[in-house]
Amino acid sequence: MTVVTTGGPLPPQPYDVAVVGAGVVGSAIARALARHPRLRVALVEAQDDVGQGTSKANTAILHTGFDAVPGSLEARLVREGARLLTAYAAESGIPVERVGALLVAWDREQLATLPRLAGKAARNDCHDTRLLGPAELYAREPHLGPGALGALHVPGESIVCPWTTTLAYATQAVRNGVHLHLECRVEQAARRDGVHELTTTRGTLRAHRLVNAAGLHADTLDRRLGLDDFTVTPRRGQLIVYDKFARSLVRHILLPVPTALGKGVLVAPTVHGNVLLGPTAEDLDDKRATGSTADGLAALREQGRRVLPALLDEEVTAVYAGLRAATGHEDYRVRAHPAQGLVTVGGIRSTGLTASLALAEHTLDLLRETGLDPGPARDLEPVRMPNLGEAFPRPYQRADLIAADPSYGTLVCHCERVSLGEIRDALAGPVPPRSLDGLRRRTRARAGRCQGFHCGAAVRALFEAGRRDAAPAPGAPAEAGGT
Amino acid sequence: MSAVRQVDVLVVGAGPAGLTAAATLAARGAGRIEVLERERTPGGAPRTCAHGGFGSWRRPLTGPRLARELAEAAVRAGAVVRTGVTALDWAGPLDLATVGPEGPEILRARAVVLATGARERPRAARLVPGTRPAGVYTTGELQRAVHLHRQPIGTRVVIVGAEDVSYAAADTARRAGAEVVALVTDLPTHRTAPARALDTRLRRGVPLLTGAVVAELLGHGRLSGVRVRHHDGRTAVLPCDTVVFTGDFVPEHELARRGGLVLDPRTRGPAVDGALRTSRPGVFAAGNLLHAVERAATAAREGALAAAAVTAALAAAGPGAGTAAGPGAPRPDGVPLTVDPPLRWITPSRVTPADALPYTLRTASRLTRPLLEITQGGRVLHRQRVRGAAAGRSLTLPAHWTHRVDPAGGPVRVAVR
Ligand SMILES: Cc1cc2nc3c(=O)[nH]c(=O)nc-3n(C[C@H](O)[C@H](O)[C@H](O)COP(=O)(O)OP(=O)(O)OC[C@H]3O[C@@H](n4cnc5c(N)ncnc54)[C@H](O)[C@@H]3O)c2cc1C
Ligand SMILES: Cc1cc2nc3c(=O)[nH]c(=O)nc-3n(C[C@H](O)[C@H](O)[C@H](O)COP(=O)(O)OP(=O)(O)OC[C@H]3O[C@@H](n4cnc5c(N)ncnc54)[C@H](O)[C@@H]3O)c2cc1C
Repeated sequence: MTVVTTGGPLPPQPYDVAVVGAGVVGSAIARALARHPRLRVALVEAQDDVGQGTSKANTAILHTGFDAVPGSLEARLVREGARLLTAYAAESGIPVERVGALLVAWDREQLATLPRLAGKAARNDCHDTRLLGPAELYAREPHLGPGALGALHVPGESIVCPWTTTLAYATQAVRNGVHLHLECRVEQAARRDGVHELTTTRGTLRAHRLVNAAGLHADTLDRRLGLDDFTVTPRRGQLIVYDKFARSLVRHILLPVPTALGKGVLVAPTVHGNVLLGPTAEDLDDKRATGSTADGLAALREQGRRVLPALLDEEVTAVYAGLRAATGHEDYRVRAHPAQGLVTVGGIRSTGLTASLALAEHTLDLLRETGLDPGPARDLEPVRMPNLGEAFPRPYQRADLIAADPSYGTLVCHCERVSLGEIRDALAGPVPPRSLDGLRRRTRARAGRCQGFHCGAAVRALFEAGRRDAAPAPGAPAEAGGT
Repeated sequence: MSAVRQVDVLVVGAGPAGLTAAATLAARGAGRIEVLERERTPGGAPRTCAHGGFGSWRRPLTGPRLARELAEAAVRAGAVVRTGVTALDWAGPLDLATVGPEGPEILRARAVVLATGARERPRAARLVPGTRPAGVYTTGELQRAVHLHRQPIGTRVVIVGAEDVSYAAADTARRAGAEVVALVTDLPTHRTAPARALDTRLRRGVPLLTGAVVAELLGHGRLSGVRVRHHDGRTAVLPCDTVVFTGDFVPEHELARRGGLVLDPRTRGPAVDGALRTSRPGVFAAGNLLHAVERAATAAREGALAAAAVTAALAAAGPGAGTAAGPGAPRPDGVPLTVDPPLRWITPSRVTPADALPYTLRTASRLTRPLLEITQGGRVLHRQRVRGAAAGRSLTLPAHWTHRVDPAGGPVRVAVR
């Protein structure tokens, strides 16, 4: 029996481990803990779905870590994470495309930097980079704007679906016994006799050990636990998603040569068949400032015009913004606090999606340092996620599937070619969506160029009907698997 | 691979254009005519417009009624209308890959009519910044939500735009029980009939903010307001839980682009000649796909014209299944037809001396009884006064001057004198 709750009381007995924050990192940690059947584990999330924080709004690149600070924790975990996630994706049906990246030099100075970057890549165990002259560069990217002098090719950089990744971890965790408590914000924390007592919006939750994976709020939670190691400064990244017709304009992830200010604005294909332009990098003090701005969008378009002029002629499908959890440190802020029975997984700035599985392994090691004996481990039965990627067969393309169930041939969202069957499956999934946005992240319904002009009302009708069906009958005892 | 099934004419889209084309073709005995419609009910956009304003002056109809009548007429004439079937992509010169509940299929036709309609640009495409709350609609989605699904919308609605469709959106919102807070347009005035604007403003008490844009959406979870910026830079927040982006239509040109059809850069629909032929032999286009939103009657008229052109092309290609109207038929010809500002576009955008269909033009600024002058290489072919039009609305230019066009004489221009 899987346990996902969004309301009602929390179990009184203490969990062995509570993970606070169901982003890609917290969900990966919960999944790793689920390998140990003796542990009772809770994954606690303030919002109504997993992956609603930074994890839903990034550039969706599975990094090699070629440009990390050599020797840092981040460098190691990104490198290991990339390997682990690549294998996990193949097993779970998470779409990944190894398109490779090109760091494009637009002036002499940048060109001169490339060999140094290749050297740095090598120190990060990324040995297959190569310098390209302009002829080869333009042969690889014929639509690149004029004036590029050369590039560093990093063949291992890949694109991945961030939504499916978080959902796969959470699904597998829940299927293997982790309790997922949504709409359960941790507001206060105290510790009595070695047991954490978390005051949440849904009552008290107890746990012997705590993992703080609260993303942007990891500093606040740490302070509630009596620690003052770091402060999270949200660094906003605004992004523009271009229409699928732009997809043929670009083959690689096109990166600028990095500066002190960060990785800079990229142009990249997405596994969903679109093209991304972004992100900006703006230090803010509001952790809710996930809005886009006129200035931000204008700046992106300005930079996009140089990299890929034809991109600007295509329609914009979506605009969004994510907040990186910057801490003023050049590395992750991951630490065990044995005295507090706590592991803090903070400051996972701009590589957490890639590093997630390695961060989970590392966290398990740190939990052992706090004295946790996780007991025997087992291999988890693989999950098989619905494919949202354009490079792999989607249900509407599969005659076998439609023959078995015609609802996979009945398209509801036309721009994204999402079938009735996929929507039905998502609504009945182990971690069902609680909003239209949640449904979109599971199926792509309403994510396309018309943004609901054609399908919006029909998708909403299906969502509402699905929720009515899932709601327990009035008077029936609240079931653990219900909502 | 999927089996290939042969039809005579394949029509994509069962809106007014596609259904009228199919009915006309079937009535002329053009063989097996099949209409594909991806929605579960035929009729196209009017189906969602539960208001009058369709049909003729003598015989006014509501949108749903028109949709039903057009669908019935097509079926009665002998066309096959298949709903829930999507045309996905081209699988050959005149082959389309389709999918529906019965699975994938490839349809091979002797001629194809694209009539896939148009949609409104949503918030993101208009680059309106801010948060991403729920409660953001286009008119299309709003009308479907209210009229087809009886869904509740919000309680306080801001409408972006002040043209016919914006006023239709305001009516729909009000009928769904919501209060319309304001209509906002960056133009100096509305673009609908003065009586309608007056009625909305005075009797309904809905203010019209002119010279203003919605500059930012506010709210987490649900929309809490929109920030409006006036031309002089002043800003104000209108509290609301729903905003509807209206108008700003674009052709639904996915199949056209996938097929590599030449597009008219001004309309973004496929470029067609006076016989509504696209650049792909055997493929014709009609309705809002050509020019985004025009009235249903215009779309239907183009459907009938396309049918006539298809019939002629099929007859020229000779009888017999398997003979495409395409490869044998002459490539779309004629010289380019272009407009000078303030005119924005004209469709069809190629002209031959034989063309007889009326042209549709749109203007960027208000014109009252403009004198249109048609020239080729400096030579005046024709001058004519036509009925005026407001910005964003269309003019009609009859085609009785086309016989003066020199097929070798270069582009023909239409200007306002
Ligand atoms: C613009 C941008 C681009 C990026 N690009 C990439 C990329 O290409 N590749 C890559 O690998 N990474 C990228 N990243 C980084 C990546 O997205 C993050 O590192 C990752 O999502 C962090 O995951 P998380 O689980 O730590 O945080 P989050 O996803 O933010 O999860 C934290 C969760 O904790 C919950 N929470 C917070 N406080 C509480 C509380 N008190 N009680 C209960 N729950 C709480 C939140 O609701 C949230 O769901 C990018 C980030 C941004 C912003
Ligand atoms: C909100 C609104 C209000 C309006 N009000 C009025 C009014 O009051 N009076 C008036 O005269 N006109 C009005 N119109 C305009 C009128 O609806 C259009 O002129 C007319 O519908 C255009 O017809 P069409 O056949 O070109 O396109 P549509 O009616 O849009 O039909 C196109 C059809 O093609 C289908 N289709 C698209 N792609 C595919 C594919 N790949 N496979 C299968 N099927 C496909 C679509 O599902 C759709 O049904 C209004 C339009 C809107 C949107």
